[in-house]
Amino acid sequence: MGRAGIYEQLTQVFRDVFGDDSIKVTPEMTAKDVEGWDSLSNIRLIVTIEKTFKVKFTTSEIGKLEKVGDLAALIEERC
Amino acid sequence: MKTLFTELRWLPTVPENFGILLKALETSSGPIGRNIQFLAAHRLDLNQLTRLAKAIGKAKSEGKQLEPLVKFKLAVVSNSTIDLIVPALVASAARYGIALDVIQPSYDQVAQEALTPNSRVNNAKPDAVLFALDYRALPLKFSVGDSTACNASLEDAMSYLQMLQTAIKSNCGALCIFQTFAAPPENLFGSLDRALPGTQRYLLDSINRQLAVSAVASGDVLFDVAGIAETVGLADWHNPRSWNMAKIPFAEEFVPLYADGAARIVAAIRGKSRRVLILDLDNTIWGGVIGDDGVEGIKVGQGDAGGEAHLAVQKLALDLRQRGIVLAVSSKNTDEVARAPFIHHPEMLLKLDHFAVFQANWNDKASNIVAIAEELSLGLDALVLLDDNPAERGLVRSLLPQVAVPELPDDPADYARTLSAAGYFEAVSFTAEDLKRADFYQESAKRATMMKQHGGVEAYLASLDMTITFQPFDATGRKRIVQLINKSNQYNLTTRRYTDPEVAALENDPSAFTLQVRLADIFGDLGMISVVICRLFDRVTWEIDTWLMSCRVLGRKVENLVLNEIIKHARAIGVSRLTGTYRPTSRNELVKDHYAKLGFKKVTEENTGLTRWELMIEEAKLEEAPVKIISQGVFTEDRVLAS
Repeated sequence: MGRAGIYEQLTQVFRDVFGDDSIKVTPEMTAKDVEGWDSLSNIRLIVTIEKTFKVKFTTSEIGKLEKVGDLAALIEERC
Repeated sequence: MKTLFTELRWLPTVPENFGILLKALETSSGPIGRNIQFLAAHRLDLNQLTRLAKAIGKAKSEGKQLEPLVKFKLAVVSNSTIDLIVPALVASAARYGIALDVIQPSYDQVAQEALTPNSRVNNAKPDAVLFALDYRALPLKFSVGDSTACNASLEDAMSYLQMLQTAIKSNCGALCIFQTFAAPPENLFGSLDRALPGTQRYLLDSINRQLAVSAVASGDVLFDVAGIAETVGLADWHNPRSWNMAKIPFAEEFVPLYADGAARIVAAIRGKSRRVLILDLDNTIWGGVIGDDGVEGIKVGQGDAGGEAHLAVQKLALDLRQRGIVLAVSSKNTDEVARAPFIHHPEMLLKLDHFAVFQANWNDKASNIVAIAEELSLGLDALVLLDDNPAERGLVRSLLPQVAVPELPDDPADYARTLSAAGYFEAVSFTAEDLKRADFYQESAKRATMMKQHGGVEAYLASLDMTITFQPFDATGRKRIVQLINKSNQYNLTTRRYTDPEVAALENDPSAFTLQVRLADIFGDLGMISVVICRLFDRVTWEIDTWLMSCRVLGRKVENLVLNEIIKHARAIGVSRLTGTYRPTSRNELVKDHYAKLGFKKVTEENTGLTRWELMIEEAKLEEAPVKIISQGVFTEDRVLAS
């Protein structure tokens, strides 16, 4: 899957998780850019991404994520 | 197969326009309960449940009407993070017609919330408290191979749980819901862990067994979370990463299943479990089409994998019938053809006399299902339809959304498991009456036939040789009383719902007069069929708080006999006036004129249709009926007037 494909699917995941169909993810996007992105919804985000892309992240990988670009890079590495 | 459970596969798939339908809730101005319930009735994942819960919360905060959803206030106390679970609970409860208010105290404040009289939980006066505890909440000491220490640890754990229960009872009187504890997969020896006292596995096995017995025996409720975890697999259930990161008690993928399970329990407490299983015939309870294949050609029975699959459906239906679920048939067939396998096929487990209603004709299924509901005097929301045909399922769902229609997998081998997984018949208690309920409905059919033969109603009633028994509420009858109070919809004047502890309190309430009424006739024992609660309003007046009756005994003058009994006790203690209220609901039109028929005078009528009535006892006319009356228990002046 190319990077564009990853971002497209990530956008859909973000819309499902945060219940906002206007979200469009970008590499520099962080938690403060999305309404309702807190530590708890972050858990829903991670498990939804894992299910969608059929990947698993380790605790320390999740701990290091700071922005959407980090997520996309991690997914690209695995897929 | 795990996905059957994790994805709630018995529910239909989520509509494409889920997001748009959610938005529509926001703009709608009328009551939106039905729209919410419609959305909740699909196989929503955790994100969708969260979104629906958010929409429900928003509607509530804007003061929108959630009718016909019924309110239930649930406090959830836990030793773990339940913030992901709570929205799922709210959305799942809507699936069962419940508008759930959740009281969620701070993280890991279990004992404090229970023991402090003015804690958030106790102050909120919830209907029930869910102790969402996992094994980490228990004060367990591992003492491998030391039975004395093991027993001491078990005792500590059980006393801890009982302390929580006692505290909640005395501080707010709520019903307690206890979870069984899912054992983590880590072990010390391997298989020996199960056998050796003091291992974690041994301790949790023992606690689960003891808790199951004590929770139900005390009138509280058991939520078998260990059973759910075992069903989907303990290795997946316990997710160390989720616990380490956020103290989430089990893997997130199981939240929809857990929440549906909890919602079923709440629904069962409110009497919303289903009571009738309607079976389609062709390719549902046998393989093939009877009209084409004939009795010899259909597949049912041992020796053929397909035949065994359909036999398993019959076995489940029969087992359900034995626990009191009423069976009916709805089939597009010629009646005689449809009945043939039940009479002539040697391997059929189900026989014609297992069914309360048998509808085989060429009408559409929806009309037939309405006819079945009418014949049984039950609401559509008491029915489940098992049908292999997706078109019929879709038709019934769209025309009769109150009827539960499980989706079925492609392979009939999985039909029985899917029906069972859907949990339509969840119950929080089980009484002798339940065991006999399926027979009751068939006996009613026989009684109806006799009525036709006897002509006159009086002669018919006399021929029934009835015995009616009146008693005040007591511990023995309590389970059935609670069940009737929470289940009766039609013959129910006020539809007030009370939990087990509330009913228990009435047993010793000196200002309350209560009746549990049983009836027997030549066809059998009908068990408890009516419940009455009167409260002393002033020294000479009883306000009838609750009056309900099972529709099975309609037309037998039971209500007149009950009134006679009330009057007898009222007179004995100098009460001279009875007042009663009819509170209309969507289901109790039947009793609109109940008080008028009994000679009460209407006092007021509100524009909601609510009416208030009174009867001066000296003016009351007592109706005679050919019935043997047994009146037990004494209501002395002390008892009723002590307040």
